[in-house]
Amino acid sequence: MTNLNIREGFRAAGKGLPVLGLAIAELVLFCLFVTAVSLIGIGLGVFLVPALAVALRATVNASRRTAGRWSGRAIEQPYLPAPAAAPGLKGHWQRTHGILTDPATWRDLAWTLVNPVAGVVAALLPLALVVGGIGGMLMPAIYGPIADAGSNYYLWVRISDLTSAWYCAALGVLVLAGGLATGPALLRLHASLARTLLAPSRTAQRVRRLTDSRSDAVSSSAAELRRIERDLHDGAQARLVALGMNLGVAEQLLNKDPEAVRAILADTRKASAAALTELRDLVRGIHPPVLADRGLADAVRALALDSPLDVTVNADLPGRPEAPVESAMYFAVAEALANAAKHADPDRVSIDLWYESGALRGQVIDDGRGGADPSRGTGLRGIERRLAAFDGLLAINSKPGGPTTLTMELPCALS
Amino acid sequence: MRVVLAEDLFLLRDGLVRLLESYDFEVVAAVDTGPTLLQALLDHQPDVAVVDVRLPPTFTDEGLRAALEARRRLPGLPVLVLSQYVEQLYARELLADGSGGIGYLLKDRVFDPDGFVEAVRRVAAGGTAMDPDVVAKLFAKDHHRDGPLSRLTPREREVLGLMAEGRSNAAIAQELVITERAVIKHTSNIFTKLDLPPSEADNRRVLAVLAYLK
Repeated sequence: MTNLNIREGFRAAGKGLPVLGLAIAELVLFCLFVTAVSLIGIGLGVFLVPALAVALRATVNASRRTAGRWSGRAIEQPYLPAPAAAPGLKGHWQRTHGILTDPATWRDLAWTLVNPVAGVVAALLPLALVVGGIGGMLMPAIYGPIADAGSNYYLWVRISDLTSAWYCAALGVLVLAGGLATGPALLRLHASLARTLLAPSRTAQRVRRLTDSRSDAVSSSAAELRRIERDLHDGAQARLVALGMNLGVAEQLLNKDPEAVRAILADTRKASAAALTELRDLVRGIHPPVLADRGLADAVRALALDSPLDVTVNADLPGRPEAPVESAMYFAVAEALANAAKHADPDRVSIDLWYESGALRGQVIDDGRGGADPSRGTGLRGIERRLAAFDGLLAINSKPGGPTTLTMELPCALS
Repeated sequence: MRVVLAEDLFLLRDGLVRLLESYDFEVVAAVDTGPTLLQALLDHQPDVAVVDVRLPPTFTDEGLRAALEARRRLPGLPVLVLSQYVEQLYARELLADGSGGIGYLLKDRVFDPDGFVEAVRRVAAGGTAMDPDVVAKLFAKDHHRDGPLSRLTPREREVLGLMAEGRSNAAIAQELVITERAVIKHTSNIFTKLDLPPSEADNRRVLAVLAYLK
């Protein structure tokens, strides 16, 4: 056994104590919670359950944190968001109902029963072995009073004289070694037990991801619609009103002042051209015409042509994906290209589009200054959200000094 | 002058027919789908075709593809493409065969009937009519870095832009309110600075400029 292993063994044994404390608290809470649930019938439970749930969750969260810390991987909380509760008795009932219908509550309760048994064995056994081993090793020094007190045993050895005390010491070394050796493994066992019961289930995690991405998608499309509405209202609509007005004035002046009418009509023509330009820009932002005409590859080529950067496009797509997927990839690439132009100052950008193992993939590589960080820019976040709505992913590889590689992936079928 | 017109929106088609006829064009066919356009072009072999990019049945770039196909079968068939939006990608496809007789304009340009009809005539004569928006986009690309365009004076760049649209020396002189001699001096400077072979024909000039911009 190396030094490191011994130190780790002691550390693992030391961690048994907090588990013991938590296990006791959890066992108490289990009893209280079950009692509170049984009191729902007479109405009292409706007040007790929410309060106890707070305590239960706080304690179980402490278990989550310790297990997470020891296994080096945090355990997420699985609870459903609390329902918006009305004030008064109705609210108490809504909260109670929410708590009792959350599967995580029942898994917590299972944990408060399992942890005091399995958890304590797993976490406390090494501590017991270490303490017991040390006790055995000290036997030759302290055997006197123990032997005098009558028939006392260390494991199976009756403590009667110095010889038996030394025998105990030898056994103590073995017990200590056993405690140190099994400690880390048992701790891992405890952590994985905790993870099984306390982490959100795979389905729950997926549901959460889908809920998040759906609400992102809904709110971003709502924001998009608001922007379009505003653009139309302030732009084309206002211009059409002005056009109508101008034409009315021109009609009035037709006989009196033909020269003024000529000027008004010229203005009106300019205004209608401006309205068209605004509508054109708006349409391009909603769904680029080339994307509708030719599909993703040519739309990205058109994008590359319009970009101020030196962009090469390689596309190898055997078919066309669904229109929404195509559009998501297009706007993701457009955003990536705009980001590169804005922040990276690259000499060259290359865009690759291909289809591989059931997913449409896009890669944008620039040789600019790198250091792209999704936590700072809204651009990369936007790409992530756009892709997430379709279960897609964005991978960023951007060392300071460049190059920057953005890889985007959208699972889909081609037609 | 005989024209084939393709536009799917009745109001616009009607308006265009009236506009062209008021300038003494003969509209031999006014169609509203891609396949009928191709057929009409092959049947009538008009002096010029005025074509909307987006046509039924697919409502994609049906008109553009029919026009390109017709030009493959009848090389040099003059085609003026109209669109609600202009794309460099399409401009390059139209210019790719290098034979001229090509126009690509925003529909807005119809608001200026004289200018529009002038463009139709230019295309029919084998020249080019590129929308100022396309030209501006082509130029924008080069402005970014210290490209050869940065060697031109602002005036020369203006002249190059008008050249790229397909204007003749006389038209450029009128537009910029300078003499035609001055325009000729500017153009020869431009060709020298861009290392382009000098050429007299308007159309070849444009193609040279556009080829260079690619």
